[in-house]
Amino acid sequence: MLDNSNKRKSKRDTILDIRNLTKVFGAGKHATVAVDNVSFSVGRGEIISLLGESGSGKTTTARMLLKLMQPTSGTILFNGRDITSTQGRKEAKEYWTHVQAVFQDPFSSFNSFYSVRTFLTNAFRLLPTEPSDSEKENMIQECMRNVGLNADELLSKRPHELSGGQRQRIMIARVLLINPEILIADEPTSMIDASSRAGILNILLGLREKLGMTILFITHDIGLAYYTSDRLFIMSEGRIVEQGTADEVITNPRDEYTKRLMNDVPVLERQWEI
Amino acid sequence: MNKLLIAQNLKAYYRLVGGQEIKAVDGVSLDLRENEVLGIAGESGCGKSSLASILGLTYTPPLYVHGGEMLVGDENVFTMNKEYLRKNVRGTYISVVPQGAMNALNPTQKISSFVVDVIREHYPEISKADAIQRARERLQALGLPERVLSLYPHQLSGGMKQRVIIVISTLLNPKVLICDEPTSALDVSSQKVVIRLLMTLLREEIIRSIVFITHELPLLRHFADRIAIMYAGKLAEIGPMDQVIFDPVHPYTSALMGSMLTAEVGTKEKQVQGIPGVPPDLKNPPVGCRFSPRCQYAIDKCKTQQPNPETVGDRTTWCWITQTSEKASGIPS
Repeated sequence: MLDNSNKRKSKRDTILDIRNLTKVFGAGKHATVAVDNVSFSVGRGEIISLLGESGSGKTTTARMLLKLMQPTSGTILFNGRDITSTQGRKEAKEYWTHVQAVFQDPFSSFNSFYSVRTFLTNAFRLLPTEPSDSEKENMIQECMRNVGLNADELLSKRPHELSGGQRQRIMIARVLLINPEILIADEPTSMIDASSRAGILNILLGLREKLGMTILFITHDIGLAYYTSDRLFIMSEGRIVEQGTADEVITNPRDEYTKRLMNDVPVLERQWEI
Repeated sequence: MNKLLIAQNLKAYYRLVGGQEIKAVDGVSLDLRENEVLGIAGESGCGKSSLASILGLTYTPPLYVHGGEMLVGDENVFTMNKEYLRKNVRGTYISVVPQGAMNALNPTQKISSFVVDVIREHYPEISKADAIQRARERLQALGLPERVLSLYPHQLSGGMKQRVIIVISTLLNPKVLICDEPTSALDVSSQKVVIRLLMTLLREEIIRSIVFITHELPLLRHFADRIAIMYAGKLAEIGPMDQVIFDPVHPYTSALMGSMLTAEVGTKEKQVQGIPGVPPDLKNPPVGCRFSPRCQYAIDKCKTQQPNPETVGDRTTWCWITQTSEKASGIPS
């Protein structure tokens, strides 16, 4: 279902290749297959969305890609290297310099005792070699500017003094400090006001533009997915039921579940029959 | 046209320690007509939920009514005796589905005990069995499974929980139902199901009108009759749904519409912009038009004088710029 340009791209430079990924919670009678034999690949510099309702397995997939959870079976190839079975904190930390995440809830991602400056400075611990203090300060200033925040005003503030939009921007600034190859954004704007949503997404889109970052959105917001992504993967009950370019999936869904989903999304052009 | 509720120059402030006040609702006038859905939209922190709790009479300190009146029939509810209000208005004339209501159900009690509470609070003479019977009939009439009565909240899905809450909130046939973000925590499919239920209640004349508060403007397009856009404690624009959504007059309405991401052809091509800046601190709101610090069209007058309302047809807007430019060009809105 991929178009030709994507096929060529994925053959030449696949950054992430997921094969038969499965996660089973519980065992025996109580086994729940949260992710069921999911395979897909992402090209370098591509933006894709895993789209599905609550319980479709999209966040479990994201957690496995972040190595926060061990898959039951299947493999994850990052730059052609199998990272599924790597164990230990050291390997994980090395992996996290390449793959970073922005999560849904910007209110619980912060330690409320730390100032923004401390929060950002701590991110340098992940890097193999820590830059000097003056370099750190410069990098922080620059990253704050890149996400549209005023560093002088905000760096000494603590989380409770920030709005949701500001917190999420600071999360993105932190990602910029580490400058990973892949960013996994798990519902990055679902707790943010509709009016600030577009601003945050435009910053993320800019990351690809400027740094060639690969971005995976995990979301149930079809508007967000369509606006940001090259390709969409629709998940339902742990499986990918449909995939294709954003335009294909939105304008011409093939799978029954996708059709129903598209029908339930509030759009402006046609009114629901209620 | 029969008006079920008339709010005039409503002011509701939060009283803070130290004497400061947050002017969350500051001079809102609107009426609610029979057989309509009035949508109220705006960013977070613009006073939508405060307005909902005033309209629904569920406000508690530190929020208090600073001024204005709210008429039900000819009577101002703010001057009514507390006991009278509780018996004859709350739950029976005006009912509220507050934000996050579906998470407020007692996890140790079955849904049926919640039903009994609601009904017996108003009609102590009704027996438990009769109260449950009444709920059962209502669920049947609305095509919902009656077995939910014997379930615990955690056994219901989000969409079902919200529907059950709405059914229970309307058991006493209130004329006005105030819903504060009832669908924000739901996925799109459950969202539609909940809205369908609200429309059925209206069609079956179980309730006579709905106030629906949300920050998702595209959602209101599908069922609201009129929309009020709220900004920083005041209304910016109120009018028929299609006019407000497809032909906004107030710059704030346009900006809000412009920041929406909908899943339809065209969204991808246009560079969707958020609204720069944040809503003002309502302890010290701007002197003139409250949107003026963020408004790209603001002129000097906007910064010093609060805009007067201007009504064209069924639409009222509070904006100096559209008033002056209209007069200059002579184009009616």
